[in-house]
Amino acid sequence: MDAPDEQTTNLLELKGISKSFGEVRALEEANLTVGRNEIVGLLGDNGAGKSTLIKIVTGFHRPDGGTITWKGQPLEHLTVQRARDLGIETVYQERALADLQSLWRNIFMGRERTTRFGLLNVGAMRAETESLMVDFLRFTSQAVTPESYVGSMSGGERQGVAIARALHFEAELIILDEPTMGLSVTETRKTLDFVRGIKSAGKACIFIDHNIFNVHEVADRVVVIDRGRTAGQFKTSEITVTDLIGRMQHLAETGTLDGAPTAKAGV
Amino acid sequence: MFFRRYGLQSGTVLMAAVIFVILAVGSPITWLHFDIYSSLMSTVPVTQSGIIALTLTLVVIAGEIDLSFGSVMAVGTWVFISCHQPELGLIAGIAAGLGVGLLNGWIVVRFGIPSLVATIGAWFFWAGIVLVGTSGVGAGTPSGFVTNLLTGRIGGYVPAEMPWMFAFAIVLWILLNRHRFGAHVYLVGDNEQSARMMGVRSDRVRMGVFALNGAAAAFAGISATMEAHYFWPTVGSGAMLPTVAAVFLGGTSIFGGRGTIFGTFVAAFVIGAIEPGIVSLGLTGFYTQVIYGAVIVIALIVQSAVRGRAER
Repeated sequence: MDAPDEQTTNLLELKGISKSFGEVRALEEANLTVGRNEIVGLLGDNGAGKSTLIKIVTGFHRPDGGTITWKGQPLEHLTVQRARDLGIETVYQERALADLQSLWRNIFMGRERTTRFGLLNVGAMRAETESLMVDFLRFTSQAVTPESYVGSMSGGERQGVAIARALHFEAELIILDEPTMGLSVTETRKTLDFVRGIKSAGKACIFIDHNIFNVHEVADRVVVIDRGRTAGQFKTSEITVTDLIGRMQHLAETGTLDGAPTAKAGV
Repeated sequence: MFFRRYGLQSGTVLMAAVIFVILAVGSPITWLHFDIYSSLMSTVPVTQSGIIALTLTLVVIAGEIDLSFGSVMAVGTWVFISCHQPELGLIAGIAAGLGVGLLNGWIVVRFGIPSLVATIGAWFFWAGIVLVGTSGVGAGTPSGFVTNLLTGRIGGYVPAEMPWMFAFAIVLWILLNRHRFGAHVYLVGDNEQSARMMGVRSDRVRMGVFALNGAAAAFAGISATMEAHYFWPTVGSGAMLPTVAAVFLGGTSIFGGRGTIFGTFVAAFVIGAIEPGIVSLGLTGFYTQVIYGAVIVIALIVQSAVRGRAER
């Protein structure tokens, strides 16, 4: 059994996070919590600050202000390595792949398996990539091997590589930034099934998507980011997708989520 | 499959073979006797800075360029001479080269200056420092155990520079292909932002390749000076063109993320054969620069064409 505080504290808490890039204020006092085994959907317009918020969680950007708490412990000087050691895995919007390098080098990017003196354990990495390809990637093309260049793969395959990479390393929190962007309907289905798989595996997820239907479908809770601030949040069990869309439209027009006309059931 | 995977290397070897045939037919008396190869084995690794071409390959794969190595050869050699003791001087000289390389890398990384510009600046700066420090006057070299180690003749025939170049090639091949550092060199050159997102310390990797190049430059400069038995403050001033040409002719991509030690190794000897080749064919040596320049441009055009095809 877990200790009591293991269950009561949130997995991740961001409080009052601010971040500027030169003159541009990307985030102003943004808040975000993720419970254990919870799927949180992030919604917001282009440039609202979603990706910046995510990159603060992954240690890529350092916030100008605010606190980050992981399992009740404050995190200071979060780096990409530290975030990964804690069990935060990310599928970036940009996919973060190296096109001219082989599949196995992409899977193990930044955390190569080594033997002594930093020498690569190429055999182990190829074998693990091989089994990932069988168990997870299920590439339809037989031509793909661990030595294949990632740049030669289709959009769906590349996305598969980015997700497989996040899945391969025992994560507790998986962050998916626009994972369905540029994917076909079938590939999008597969991705949403994958997010549900995270939930049933007892892990947590932050899910960002422009498509409100996708977010409403898989998320337990939706957090709305608007112009660098947290505008509000809803439990998806308590709001219909039509209502949610209405609220988002209202936000775009008035700058607030409150007071939106509630859509009638069945509309 | 083999040619698909090793296409560029196969091309480099093929080109070397073609050039050899042309030279052997054009001037058999030169190219079918051992003397020319003995000469190439001493000049290509150090005077023509083949060893630097090997480390420069890592710099270029990492998506950077270093044009200052000619001056760094002079800096390292000047420090070597100033120590008046060859063993100590060798260590101090290489350390100086490493330091200048590290400084280059730091300037590029810290201030975000394109390495092309930063290292052109460093090239003039360090060449100037050596000229100021020596008043432009040469000096005899101290000789001792290391002179023989670096530039002796194995069995009276094979210049020691050659096994040194092999040693550099093997160590750098392992570093690049079988070590985490090398994996990161490829990743940083391929997609620096992706690499950083996945936790690769891009700044350290880039400073590392500049430091390596600096150390190799000092080593080559000192060896070239030992071979000549005399230190000229302008040592290395002619090294830039053949070295850069060898890297690009060997198939290393100017766009970063792609390149091999093997390709550079073979290409360094092709480049080294150009000048004696021209002379042996009865042409004036002035053609050398023409061909170096043409080689660089043609190699880059081929790379660009290959890259365009790969992206479709």
